[in-house]
Amino acid sequence: MDKLINDFSFGLFIWQVLIFVGLIFLLKKFAWKPILDAVNDREEGIKNALLSAENAKKEMQNLQADNQRILQEARLERDNMLKEAREMKDKMVDDAKTEAQAQGQKMIDQAKAAIESEKNAAMAELKLQVSTLSLSIAEKLLKEELSNKEAQTKLVEKLLGDVKLN
Amino acid sequence: MVISNKALRFIIATFVICLPFISFANPETATTNAQNVESQEGSKSGHEAHAEPTDVKSEIKEFINHHLLDAHDFTFNANKETGEHYGFSLPIILWDNGLQMFSSSEFHHGPIADVAEHNGNFYKIHHEKIYKTDASGELTEEHGHPTNVRPLDLSITKSVFGILTVALVMFLVFAGLAKSYAKNGGISSGVGRFFEPLVLYVRDEIAIPNIGEKHYKKYMSYLLTIFFFILFLNILGLAPFGFNVTGNITITLSLAVLTYLITTFTANKNYWSHMLWMPGVPVILRPVLALIELLGTIIKPFSLMIRLYANMMAGHVVLMSIIGLMFIFKSWIGSSLSFVLAFALSILEILVAFLQAYIFTMLSSLYFGAGNEEHHHEEAHH
Repeated sequence: MDKLINDFSFGLFIWQVLIFVGLIFLLKKFAWKPILDAVNDREEGIKNALLSAENAKKEMQNLQADNQRILQEARLERDNMLKEAREMKDKMVDDAKTEAQAQGQKMIDQAKAAIESEKNAAMAELKLQVSTLSLSIAEKLLKEELSNKEAQTKLVEKLLGDVKLN
Repeated sequence: MVISNKALRFIIATFVICLPFISFANPETATTNAQNVESQEGSKSGHEAHAEPTDVKSEIKEFINHHLLDAHDFTFNANKETGEHYGFSLPIILWDNGLQMFSSSEFHHGPIADVAEHNGNFYKIHHEKIYKTDASGELTEEHGHPTNVRPLDLSITKSVFGILTVALVMFLVFAGLAKSYAKNGGISSGVGRFFEPLVLYVRDEIAIPNIGEKHYKKYMSYLLTIFFFILFLNILGLAPFGFNVTGNITITLSLAVLTYLITTFTANKNYWSHMLWMPGVPVILRPVLALIELLGTIIKPFSLMIRLYANMMAGHVVLMSIIGLMFIFKSWIGSSLSFVLAFALSILEILVAFLQAYIFTMLSSLYFGAGNEEHHHEEAHH
């Protein structure tokens, strides 16, 4: 202890404290602050860069998922539209078909009725014609027959002769 | 800083290259001529007032002691045969009825050894302490300590020189590092780049875990400065310049005092209430606990002071003793063995240099953390 106290030098102590404190403040201003700031900035920069890269990756993934989803939706919509169109077409065709059928049936029915009435008319006419014709024929025949007196007399004789045999 | 980076680097590189030619302490010439020196010592205007060692062992001991102490001049090497010291003198600044400034070389140039005359006052340097004397340079001793008046010694000693050097190097390195971020788009470059991981280590492994995410920022400047200050000084102590700054009790005391002051003045209410009037214990015990706690706050920085001092001091003593052994053995086997030992120990000392810087910073931040602890164990007391 005596040696320690003996070794102590007050002048050196003053110099040391002066220089050291001065050094602390000098270095604080010119070295430590800029160094620590720069290192901090760099670390922050690295951290931010990593974070933004991660974010970009996530965003990219989101975007891709979005794209996928939109594509899926579009595809679905297209399918739906196609389906709808097909259905509509089918329906239209069906409708057209049934209508056409109904129309056809109706026309056929009309035609049938017309034919029937025409036939009836034709029949009636034919009947009328046939009756007039047969009347006229009969008239003519009768006239013919009656004009030939000899034949008539023969016929009458013959008829009379037949009656006697009975 | 307008000095061109390249020119500065070139100067430093040249300086480092030239170091081996001037700096390696080479006690061999001194030891082999120990006898010679002693005989010649009388005729020289001696550089050491105290008795010169007579044999190799005590000379080595003296050399180590001299190395461990602060010095008023910068000696790389001394040739005792010719009495020449290779190095440079440092300014002596004394406060003795006004500022007295002169070069340390004046202690060697005067007519009497280790006495310098300035403005009519006589100063004698004895064991690296400056005393005021009369013209004859006599010291009145009592219990082995001189009782002469000691003026306030504000000299730029070797340690102050070392601190200034480290401060300058730290400023250049870290200001450069700070600038390189702006220049290089947020990435460090240059020499400072080597220290960036250490800065981050201090922040992430020392400050944040011990002080907490919330308060650590205000202590960062101090913790970083103290970490690199101790580290650089420790490393400087291992380099062959003969610095022993962190193994100096004055330096470690001042660092510990700063830690103590910062802890005390930034502590929150919770810290003080736990220290002075501990909740949850019987009232009679509270003053006793307060006394113990207050004592604890002083013991903590005291242990910081002693730990760093003792570690660095011991490292230097052991390393230099083993190097000294080489010259005592003077045999191929013994000397090479102690060389290997010294080499291994030097590597260990590098580890210790980092470790002590880490421990000092770690414990400081631990104390700061204790001063900033939140009031989270309230329920336990009620």
